[in-house]
Amino acid sequence: MDDRGLMLQVDDIHTYYGESYVLQGISLGVPSGTVMAVLGRNGMGKTTLIRSIIGFTKPRAGRIIFEGRDITPLRSHQIVSLGIALVPQGRRIFPSLTVRENLTLGEKPPGANGRGEAWNLDLVLDLFPRLKERLSNTGNKLSGGEQQMLAFARALMTNPRLLLLDEPTEGLAPLLVRALGDILLKLKERKLSILLVEQNLKFALQFSNHVHILNRGRVVHSSSPEALDKNHEVKARFLGV
Amino acid sequence: MAVIFARRVLCLFRGTAMNYWLTQLFNGFSYGALIFLLAMGLSLIFGVMQVINVTHGTYFLVGTYIGLSILTWTGNFYLAILGGGLVIALVGIFIERFFLRRLRGNDLGQVLITFGFVLLLQDAILLIWGPDPKLMGEPKSISFTAHIGSFTFPSYRLFVIVVAAAVAAGLWLFENKTKFGSAVRAAVDDVEMASGMGVNVPLVFTVVFGLGSFLAGLGGVLSGPWLGLQYGLDLEILPYAFVVVIVGGMGSLKGAILASLLVGLVDNFGKGFFPDLAYFTLFLPMAVILAVRPQGLFGRTL
Ligand SMILES: Nc1ncnc2c1ncn2[C@@H]1O[C@H](COP(=O)(O)OP(=O)(O)O)[C@@H](O)[C@H]1O
Ligand SMILES: [Mg+2]
Repeated sequence: MDDRGLMLQVDDIHTYYGESYVLQGISLGVPSGTVMAVLGRNGMGKTTLIRSIIGFTKPRAGRIIFEGRDITPLRSHQIVSLGIALVPQGRRIFPSLTVRENLTLGEKPPGANGRGEAWNLDLVLDLFPRLKERLSNTGNKLSGGEQQMLAFARALMTNPRLLLLDEPTEGLAPLLVRALGDILLKLKERKLSILLVEQNLKFALQFSNHVHILNRGRVVHSSSPEALDKNHEVKARFLGV
Repeated sequence: MAVIFARRVLCLFRGTAMNYWLTQLFNGFSYGALIFLLAMGLSLIFGVMQVINVTHGTYFLVGTYIGLSILTWTGNFYLAILGGGLVIALVGIFIERFFLRRLRGNDLGQVLITFGFVLLLQDAILLIWGPDPKLMGEPKSISFTAHIGSFTFPSYRLFVIVVAAAVAAGLWLFENKTKFGSAVRAAVDDVEMASGMGVNVPLVFTVVFGLGSFLAGLGGVLSGPWLGLQYGLDLEILPYAFVVVIVGGMGSLKGAILASLLVGLVDNFGKGFFPDLAYFTLFLPMAVILAVRPQGLFGRTL
């Protein structure tokens, strides 16, 4: 952790897909033990921000600092081994792996900086009891909701200190969104740091400590959730609500 | 043509027809087992790394030559099989680490470099072992003719079937019962997300490429007493492996087993009935299967 207590610090990153210039200088920080929301309409670069942090698409300029360490040059599996876990947009469950294999694939003990009780298969299954009955099913046999639970559960199995959530409520029925919210609260209580990318404004406002809005690859707004909720101009202009 | 075919079939059903069919079936099956050893590695490499490894047939042939040399030095056929596999595994790992790795994502570049290694290794064969065809003896312990009733078959081919079955079983255990195996399957499913779950993908690639190369080398040595050693055999046999990969589905063990047996049988019966149409009978089933299932028998819908 650096001196400002930042778990993650994104420092002026510029990310491209080939010639397409997507993230045009993004800086933001996730203070330790907080939920930072990133909002923005479709195609504004939210997923690209996540991809840059986890190392899928390297920024061409700028730095990403995790717990005081520059992770920009590292490979994804090294970044993950340091204590970052991803719940990706679209879940990306491994279809030919069983639920159990999906869960144990990235299983690892918490690092030296870990706090609280470590996650293991039993604890994770207590949190997502639905998965218990499905342990030997392959990933492609699950419903959308079950896939999202599995995506969450397998991320927790890596005992991360920073969780990257890319639109976790996308395509979920309202009941499941509520259940997901409960889980998020539990994780928050355990002081897990979370970067929450959302299009669901209500959900993001409810669970975050701070919000950023991305527009065309730039951060155009940064405030507390309460302040954003009152700022109708910004909401209308950048979120279309 | 149809008439000739019908006559042949009629002939076969008279006289010693039963034994003929059994022999053909056995030959096709054992040839399929040999093709499996060649094709499984290609399929793994294709499925996991998306690399079209044109060198694969040449690994097979170089493996045969290395096996021959080891056999000449040591007189031990089993050592030759293992040694041929291991040397080719090292060659494969070297090529993966220092050449293919730099060209990740560049499909054309990868095909070209693997083709470059075909030429390089073929020249190495000429340089080291010379251009003349060579023969390799069967080990005495498995060189006899076995009888079941009035049906006789060469036991060496049975040995090849046993080895292929052991390899298939070993691969199944590796893929399904080990942690590393599930990482490999995860990489076949979604290589990026696998790395996002902490899987060391470069390591998986190296191991898979080494394993695939090992199987090619091992299959090559096994083919020695059967197909002989001959410059150019590598490119003759490579299409069989590609048919297996495409028909069976990339990276699928089950698919590779079934497709190899299918190709072995079709090739064998095809050559028996239509000797002039060898490649046609090989590619026809591929075309038919691909028309119905573009992803192959056990490939995933993309
Ligand atoms: N793999 C890719 N290749 C090229 N362009 C991409 C790729 N992924 C996303 N983009 C483009 O980058 C921009 C940002 O996309 P993304 O980060 O997915 O947005 P968001 O997650 O906010 O919806 C979009 O214009 C999108 O079309
Ligand atoms: Mg997105």
